[in-house]
Amino acid sequence: MSETNVGADDLHHPTKTMSVSDEVVIEINSMHKWYGSFHVLKDINLKVSHGERIVVCGPSGSGKSTAIRCINRLEEHQKGQIIVNGIELTNDLKKIDEIRREVGMCFQHFNLFPHLSILENLVLAPMWVRNIPRNEAVETAMKYLERVKIPEQAAKYPGQLSGGQQQRVAIARSLCMNPKIMLFDEPTSALDPEMIKEVLDVMIELAEEGMTMICVTHEMGFAKTVANRVIFMDEGEIIEENEPNQFFDNPQHERTQLFLSQILAH
Amino acid sequence: MAEQRQYEVGLHPDLPPPASTTGAIGWVRANLISSPVNTLFTVFAIYLVYTMIPPMLDWLIFDAAWVGDDNSVCKNETGGPIAAACWPFIKVWITPFMFGRYPESELWRIKITYGLFGIALLALLIPQIPFKKWFALFLLLPFPIICFYMYVGGSFGLMYVETNLWGGLFLTLVIAITGIVASLPIGIILALGRRSNMPVVKAICVAFIELWRGVPLISILFMSSVMFPLFMPEGVNFDKLLRALVGVTLFSSAYMAEVVRGGLQAIPKGQYEGAKALGLNFGKMMYFIVMPQALKLVIPGIVNTFIGLFKDTTLVGVIGLLDFLAMIQAGSSNPKWLGYLTTGFAFAALVYWCFCFGMSQYSQHLERKLHTGH
Ligand SMILES: Nc1ncnc2c1ncn2[C@@H]1O[C@H](COP(=O)(O)OP(=O)(O)O)[C@@H](O)[C@H]1O
Ligand SMILES: [Mg+2]
Repeated sequence: MSETNVGADDLHHPTKTMSVSDEVVIEINSMHKWYGSFHVLKDINLKVSHGERIVVCGPSGSGKSTAIRCINRLEEHQKGQIIVNGIELTNDLKKIDEIRREVGMCFQHFNLFPHLSILENLVLAPMWVRNIPRNEAVETAMKYLERVKIPEQAAKYPGQLSGGQQQRVAIARSLCMNPKIMLFDEPTSALDPEMIKEVLDVMIELAEEGMTMICVTHEMGFAKTVANRVIFMDEGEIIEENEPNQFFDNPQHERTQLFLSQILAH
Repeated sequence: MAEQRQYEVGLHPDLPPPASTTGAIGWVRANLISSPVNTLFTVFAIYLVYTMIPPMLDWLIFDAAWVGDDNSVCKNETGGPIAAACWPFIKVWITPFMFGRYPESELWRIKITYGLFGIALLALLIPQIPFKKWFALFLLLPFPIICFYMYVGGSFGLMYVETNLWGGLFLTLVIAITGIVASLPIGIILALGRRSNMPVVKAICVAFIELWRGVPLISILFMSSVMFPLFMPEGVNFDKLLRALVGVTLFSSAYMAEVVRGGLQAIPKGQYEGAKALGLNFGKMMYFIVMPQALKLVIPGIVNTFIGLFKDTTLVGVIGLLDFLAMIQAGSSNPKWLGYLTTGFAFAALVYWCFCFGMSQYSQHLERKLHTGH
């Protein structure tokens, strides 16, 4: 990853010059969500084009996770509209399944299936959701395990891998479903410092290939390297949204400034 | 006082632990006399073993009557029963104990199914034998059907054998295995129902579980044999064994449901989310991800319920089904064999213990095998 040093000319970086098409793959219109009477998400509006990479940041409890989990209906919104890949999210279970097939997700705590070997973790969904024959699914799984650089772990169980390896397996598991969109919810925040890079490297590579991505993360280096847009959330609202250089160098809102000063102080 | 370093920094080899912490002496020290209280318990345990084991061995083995084909070998000088086990009693009565009043000419039918079961079980237990899946499938699907036709008869040229002739250990196994095999899936369905978001489904499952769990098995069996026929129209008559089977199965399903629910509650939310995010629907998520983990967690509880069920089958004696224990009681109330009930009970205890201990061992084997290091 010699080209990923973040410099003045990072507009010439390959990931930044990746074409972003006009095709809108995620559209969120005035979306609200409540937990009981607690208003967690307030009037969220977002359009994501095919190939776009968006980083979401904000203080803990600001609703970042809830927001991206609404996109694949792990959480239900109560007002407004979410359209993913041309399908509107409603209570229709068929449509929810259809969307989930196209949207991969990686979690803070990996959520690998501990009773299945790594290979079985990877082939399960392709075989039983996409009805791909086993040998083909295994082939794809090995291809992605090689891409995340741990093909030798295929026969092991998740409990035998390090956190960084588990997160890479989780990414590979999502990719095996050949998703159009990838969601990441703080994929590196449960990892020991020396493992963060190996996961970010995989994510950067994915971005370079043109995957549409929404990442909740506080890895500002990553945001500068790959993001087209950075979104700042606080108390359930999108406070600020900008292109990364502008966002970091010239934050508009005082809450953004406060937040950035806090995380950059470290 | 620092000793002289014996090795260079970084070159320290692995040394064996001190002798006093390993081997037999280390074990005795750590486990039997590690503290004054522990030492006291050890002494007490040795005393108990010393006072109880020799008389027991005398009764069971050394003073017991072993050979003979009638009751004469089991009598003392005054003509009463000897004060020790009378094993010829078991020997003489072994066929009724094993098969009840099942016609002797037809016993081969039962024995064949035992043989098939034994072969399939061995194939499953011996690691070197391939095609495990097929043996398991055989036991689960065709085997019960084969058993049904073999035991009941009335077709394929086999003589019809009424279920009230079934008895002994054979009947016990029929009830226990049917109960075990049927109660697990029913229990799983009830557990899922109880966790359902749909209020009606949930209410039905809660009501069912609490109803069956709140009533003693013995009263369920009484109800099934005495009250149930009263509610039925004249002439409609269900087999008594069938009614007992249904009662025992539903009773243990209610227990099983709660055991399984405990396992379901222990599965972290992240597992559901991981599965959903991959696009697995509810059924596939439960089948591939949640249930395997939940059931594995509660293997001890499941086997506990199985063992309880196995021993509870003795209660069918009260509705006149002659299970293993009832046959032993019947045998010892024969005028020629009065006074040897204790021997019969000792034999029953041994047989029940073997089955239950076997189940327990198998469950531990399963737990070890399914352990994937998390
Ligand atoms: N299942 C839930 N029930 C009630 N409140 C919740 C639930 N999940 C999250 N919250 C609350 O919603 C707010 C936003 O949570 P979350 O989206 O996880 O924040 P973030 O990911 O930005 O840290 C928090 O105040 C949190 O306490
Ligand atoms: Mg979060």
